[in-house]
Parts: sequence; structure tokens; C-alpha cells
Amino acid sequence: MNIRFEFWHWLQILPGLACGAKLFLRAALALAMLIAGLTAPLVAEEMLVSTAPVGRPGGRLVVALRAEPKTLNPLFAADAPSLAVIRRTVGDLVHINRWSQRTEAAVAKSWTVSPDGRTVRLELRQGLRFSDGHLVDAADVLFSYQLFLDEELGSPYRALLMVNGKPLEVQEIDHSTIEFHFSQPQAAGLRVFDSFAILPEHLLRPLYEAGKVSEAWNLTTPPAEMAGLGPYRLKEYRSGERVVLERNPYYWKMDVAGTRLPYINELIFIFVPTEDSQVIRFQSGETDLIDRIGARNFKILAATSESGTYRMADLGPGLAYEFLFFNHNDLSSKNLPAIQQKQSWMNRLEFRQAISVAIDRKAIVRLVYDSLASPLATHVSAGHKYWRNAQLKPTEHDPQEARRLLGSIGFSWDEQGTLLDAEREPIEFSIITNSSNPQRIDTATLIQEDLRQIGIRIQVVPLEFRSLLGRVLHSQNYEACLLGLRSGDADPNPDLNVWLSDGPNHLWNLGQERAFGWEVELDRLLKGQVGEMDASERKRMYDRVQELLAENLPVIFLVSPRVLVGAKSGIENFRPAVLDHSTLWNVEELYWREEDG
Amino acid sequence: MIGRSRVSVAVGVWGVIHGLVLLGGLLAPYGFATQHRDFPFAPPSRIHFVDSQGGWHPRPWVYRLVPDKNAGFGYREDQSEKFPIRFLVRGDPYKILGWSSFETHLVGVDRPAKLFLAGTDSLGRDVFSRILIGGQLSVMAGLLATVVALGIGLAVGMVAGFYGGWRDAALMRGAELFLALPWLYLLLGLRAFMPLRVSTIQSFFLVVLVIGIVGWARPAQLVRNLVATLREREFFVAARSTGSANARLIRSHVLPHVTSPILTQGALLVPRYIMAEVTLSFFGLGVGEPFPSWGNMLADLQNYHVLVSYWWMLLPGIPLVIVSLGYYGFASWIRVGGKLPT
Repeated sequence: MNIRFEFWHWLQILPGLACGAKLFLRAALALAMLIAGLTAPLVAEEMLVSTAPVGRPGGRLVVALRAEPKTLNPLFAADAPSLAVIRRTVGDLVHINRWSQRTEAAVAKSWTVSPDGRTVRLELRQGLRFSDGHLVDAADVLFSYQLFLDEELGSPYRALLMVNGKPLEVQEIDHSTIEFHFSQPQAAGLRVFDSFAILPEHLLRPLYEAGKVSEAWNLTTPPAEMAGLGPYRLKEYRSGERVVLERNPYYWKMDVAGTRLPYINELIFIFVPTEDSQVIRFQSGETDLIDRIGARNFKILAATSESGTYRMADLGPGLAYEFLFFNHNDLSSKNLPAIQQKQSWMNRLEFRQAISVAIDRKAIVRLVYDSLASPLATHVSAGHKYWRNAQLKPTEHDPQEARRLLGSIGFSWDEQGTLLDAEREPIEFSIITNSSNPQRIDTATLIQEDLRQIGIRIQVVPLEFRSLLGRVLHSQNYEACLLGLRSGDADPNPDLNVWLSDGPNHLWNLGQERAFGWEVELDRLLKGQVGEMDASERKRMYDRVQELLAENLPVIFLVSPRVLVGAKSGIENFRPAVLDHSTLWNVEELYWREEDG
Repeated sequence: MIGRSRVSVAVGVWGVIHGLVLLGGLLAPYGFATQHRDFPFAPPSRIHFVDSQGGWHPRPWVYRLVPDKNAGFGYREDQSEKFPIRFLVRGDPYKILGWSSFETHLVGVDRPAKLFLAGTDSLGRDVFSRILIGGQLSVMAGLLATVVALGIGLAVGMVAGFYGGWRDAALMRGAELFLALPWLYLLLGLRAFMPLRVSTIQSFFLVVLVIGIVGWARPAQLVRNLVATLREREFFVAARSTGSANARLIRSHVLPHVTSPILTQGALLVPRYIMAEVTLSFFGLGVGEPFPSWGNMLADLQNYHVLVSYWWMLLPGIPLVIVSLGYYGFASWIRVGGKLPT
């Protein structure tokens, strides 16, 4: 590249040269570039051959995002819109196939695991290039993991690379071999590598050394300064309007006919803030794919899909779970005496059990989700085919049992039927939930009526999502909250940060310093299963985790909605999956039949 | 300009609607919060007078609804048994003007049939009953907010108009400032500062107060202009020159002149404030679940599937229009001196 620069420089300082001389200079330039190309290491490109049916290149795909991405930096992105874009532009060493839910080779073509399960040696594909054409080698992998693990950078993904408080160690063996050492065996095996983007050292190293990585790859970064190993690369970002990705010409997958993937030339994300407006845009043909829609909107689209322009798919139970939790935080330093006083009964198991049996989950499924959801016993929904403890059944609606449980802890009812605690104070509380989610508000209203039947007065307080999170995560000024979470993988490990008593997403009791009672066993099992190499023993341990959660109800599990998606009929190779991202996970294989694109 | 006969119709309708709303609990077949969980989004019950053989019966009846995925709106009528509409039946308890607890409803049907005169919402709550009870809340909010706004407006306008000078300038610039405020955003912001748990009564009065306080500026300007004009009139100058005290001047000369315009203004403000309550509730700032108001009922239409699938969810908009037109008619009636044209 230096040579090229110098020749152009020559051209600039010799403006008076005759046309013939210019031609000569251009020919010399071309020759020099050819020589430069020949001197670069000549390696055959080891591409991965996709097994999907062969498609035809061309066309573009328009997808709506609920919000504008916050960043395009894979180190820091945690919100769904940012991840939807970023994960189309980056590649990982080993990838979880969203359809089969099994790991498969990606940037690494092969690997060996040491007999003790602590060391994994991965072999990279030869001749791989980033989307800017730069060759990839083990140093890029080493550099990427260095960034993810850097404590000062504070990537939210760092915790996933920590085992027993120790970070995993990465070592470059040669230019295409890399070795990872874990402080204990890894039962989840290679799943740990999924979604850890391999980043271009040649672009990010200077920024890292200048201490500017956290500001890198934001929404105003020029596309030329970004590169990745995904099927697409950034072409244009129009703030508040759209992100345009173009086909990565160096992508490392091809179809069986030898055509380099992806087929579709452009992937356009537009920002459409509500589910309803996304449905309208999809229905009118403005967008080509739609995912994660509510049951009632799904039914409307399914009813109108007979026209043949699009098709809808019900993927069955997902990995999301809706739950109600009480504020169990230690509020002694918070000056919230009213909530603290209510904790005297919110912290009692019998009270939570009574609430759990008083809630009619089947009614929630039927009325709120139009029967496109299932009642839950624990957070492990039927979507986790392997991990669910099938012995545990969702709690059945039984107001009599609720009354018995409440009576057993000294609660009584006055003549109007209001539930009173042992000090004869009425039992009342508020449930906060996010106002942007009509299903949650309806669920809360059903719970309000269910609990009224046993004499408890509830107030439903819909809040804007950020102010809801502010209350739950920071001020802790709430009594009960109705929320939903979604497991990132069909493996127990991504949920650890929710269920470990000191986990960062242990929402109902944040910053808990030590575990008590049953939580000691829960923590031991959760940590133990991480390194349990015997699959059936690991399953037994996770079954017990579910039993403990169902018995002790730190949160009250409600329902798990089904995953509902849709696509234009002209899109082929459309294989939506329960795991994220439901519709775009195999975007490189999607293609337009005939001229639909 | 509304024609005189239309004014009388409007006033009549206005009276009827208020009567209906006042007796909402009695006329509503069900409690406003009662969830008929087997009947989400059930269409309005069809009331039959003619049987399948074509025979006419003076006593109307309904059939039991049965969920059926293939039928329109997901329900069909089970015509094997007739359920006659009964009068003065016992049902869910309710109150009239917050007073006593009654259980007698004007109409109803025997179980397991249901009488959903305007269909049900997503949780199977009777929309007709909710329109009536929600109307109590919306209309009451409009009336009380008008009283608050007129009260403040009258006091401020009177002081500004009567005394003039710096008081006039200060108060009227203040009023203009209030008029310039983007009040909806102001209210959205205010709600964020309010405590999490606000009881229904509190939130109702909060809404009333907020609308009333935001709305005082226009009546204040009106009163001020009226009083300022009065001050220049000969009879007023004469009264003042004879040494009448300010209190007497206001009582005998000012108040009688502003009463009629103030009442007209009030009649025009009520529908506007009902609309304000509806707007606030529509954005989730009014009374919370399970209490209905026309605004939070209409808020369901923000959901696309409701808007395109269930036409009866639009029904709370109809009484809103009728009440507004009724009040405009009422305002015309006051303007013509409170006499209904013959």
C-alpha cells in the first residue's frame, strides 16, 4: 500500500506531465501492486461449506428494529437492537447453531479438548480475511479475548469468561493455533466461545493503546474503520433512520455449488419503535421479516397470510419466562420504611406460596397470550427440551389453598374480606411493570383480580422501562415487579448471573453478600454443574436447582410465551429458531426466490 | 350557530346521558371489574325477539355464547336454550354516588348466559358496564375540574379587572404564561414525580386538580375583560362616585354581569376537560386499573389487534361525542337566557 501512496504522490507533484507519461505511471503502479500482492503469503482459503439448499445471489432484506442500536462495538453492546446488527457483522470461533442448538465450527475449523477438560486447542481456518480484506491470524484472536477480559475496559461479557473468579487464559501457539485454559473443566464445552467476536487487531490495537476502545465503533464511526468476520459489513448508518449493511466479499462460508455466501446483497435495519407499527409495516410489505410478536398480532398476521405474500411460524415454547418478584433487598441503608415493613411478610415463604397458588396461570395463558404460551413451574420452559425438570408441574390455581397458607402464618380477614397481617394491618402492595408491554399490564390486572379474591388489594403501576429499571436496579423503591427474562442459550450457564445469590442480575435481592439456607445448596449446585463433565450428573444437579427454585419461590414463575415470527413468502432457506436471533441467525443462507427481492 | 330545536334536543340528550351515568351501577348488568374469563373479546350479545320459526315474542332473550375458533370473533350462539332478559336482578354490588351498596341491576340474564350489551374487553369485562361507570368518572372529573378552573379564573380575573394597574399586568401576564405551557408534556413530567402508590381517589383528584389548575387562565382573561369594560360603564362610575364600597360594587354590579358569561364558559369548559381527562387516561396518567374511564378504555385501541379486530372497543367514544355536543347545546341554552325554545 505504501508503494501505491508514493506513486500517487508523484502524480500530485508532477501535474505538468504529458498524458502518455501519466499512462506509464499508472501501468507502473499496477505492476507494483501486482508485485506487492504476490509477495503476500499465498494461502488457500479454507471455507466452510454450508449444507443449506443452494440459492441465488442478489436482492436486499429489510428488517425492523424496536430501537436504534446504542453502539456497534461488540465489546459493550448488550441491548437487543445493537446485537441484532453487530452479530451479522462479526464471527466467533465456535458457534451454536440456533436451529440444532449444537456447537459447530466457525472461524475455528477444528479443536481438541484435553482429557481433563481444562484445555481447548483450536485451529483457525487458513486464509481467512476480515471484511476489509486483512488476513486473520491467532494474534487477532488473542487480542480479542484480551479486550473481552480486560477488567478496566469492563465489558459486560467478561463475567462469562470467568470461572470460579478466575479469567480463562489464552495462549497463541502459532499463527493459526490458539489454546484456552480454564481453571476447572467446562461442562458446557465449546458453547463458551459462541458470540465472542474475533476483532481486527490492525484496526483496534492503536485505539486500545490510546485508551479509546470504549469509544470505538460507535454510531458515527466511518465504515472503513470497522471490520469483522460476519456475513455483512457496515455500509451506512443514518442516525434515527436506518443501518445499511452490505455483503462481506471475504465471508468464509460458501454453498455446495461453490458460491460464496451471503446471497443477499444488502441488509437494511430500520427503526420502528412499537410492535404494532412493526406489524403494520410487515403487513404492508415494507419489511421482509418480523420476529417476537405478541399472540394477538400473530393471529392477525396469520389470518391475513392467506393472501400468500408472507408466511407466519409458531416456533413453540421459547426460552423467555415471565415472573413476579417481591423486593427482598436489604433496605436498611435506603430510607424506605414502608417497604421495609412490608418485607416482614413479603420475605415469608408461605406468603409467596399463597400468592403463587392464588394466581390463575391458565387464565393468563388464555386471556393475555390467546393460548400461545405455557404456564411455568420454574424459569426452565418447555423450550429447553433437555434441561427442563419434567417432574415439576406449574402451580394450579387454588384460592382455598392460598387462604390456608395465609391462615397458617397468622393472617386473618376482616368482615369486608380484606386480608390482615398478624398486627391487623391490611395486606396491600403495588406491582410495577413496563408500560410499553400490554401483555404485562393485562397479566398484572388478572393477578390483581386473583388476589382480590383472597382479600389482597393490589395496585398496578405501569412505568416507562428505564424508570422501572431505575427502581429495580438502583433506588430499589418498589414492592413487587412483573418482568420477563430470556435465556441466551439452551444451556444453564447463561442464566447463572440471575440465579447465583451474588449474580449481577439477581434482581429481587441485588448485592446479596452471602447465601442463606437453601441458597447455599443452590449456589453450590449452580457452580458445581459448570465443571461437571458427566452429562447425566449435570442434568441431575440442574434438576435439583429447579426443585429448589420451585420449593422456595424466590420469584413467582408465571408463563412462557411461544416464539412467533414471520417472513415474506419469497424468502427461501428461512429456518426460524427459538434461540436469538430467531429469524436472522442464518441470514447468509437466506435468498430471494425469483425476482421477489 | 346551532338551531333552536337542535339546542333543545342537545339539552335533552345531555340530561339523559347524565341520568344514565349517574345511575350507572343500576343500569350496568355487571360490576366494572368483574372478569368473565371465559369470554375475552366477546362481541355484543344479540338480543332476540324472533325465534328460528319466525315467531315474534314480546320478551327478548339471548343465547349462551360458546367459544368457537371458526366462528366470527371466536364465539357462536348455542341456540338450544333461550335465556330471557330479566329485570331487577341481583348481581355484583355497586354504589351510587359513593353511597350505600346495592345489588339490584336493572337487567340481567340467568347463568350461564351473559348479557354483554357492548361486548367485552381483553379480560372479559363487560364494556357496557364499564362505559357507564367510566362515564361517572370522566364526567365528574370534567365538572370538578371546571369548578376549580372557574373558581381560580373568577378570583384572578376579578382582581385584575377590578383593580387594574400593576395587579392586572402581573396576573394577566401570568395567565398568558400558563396558556403558553405545553400542558400535556408538563403533566407527563409531573406524573413521573408523583409517588408510586397513588390510590384511585387520590389519582382522580390529582387529575381534577391538575386540569383545573392548568385551565384557569382562559376564564380569568374572560372575567378580567368583562370587569375591565364594566369599570368604564356609566352606572358603575356613578355607583363608585356615590362612595359604594368595593365589596358592594362587586356584589351588586360586577357579579350579576359576569354570572351568565361564566356559566356559558363553564358549559363549554366541561366537555373540554372531559376530553383532557380522556387524554390523560389515554396516555396512562389517569386512574389506574381496574377502574374504567372513557380515556383508559379507549387506550386499548392503541393496540393494533384491538383496533382492527374488535369494533365494539370503539364504543366509549360515542358517549364522549354525545356529552360534548350536549354541553355545547347547554351552553347555547344558557346564552339564550335559560329558556328552551318553543
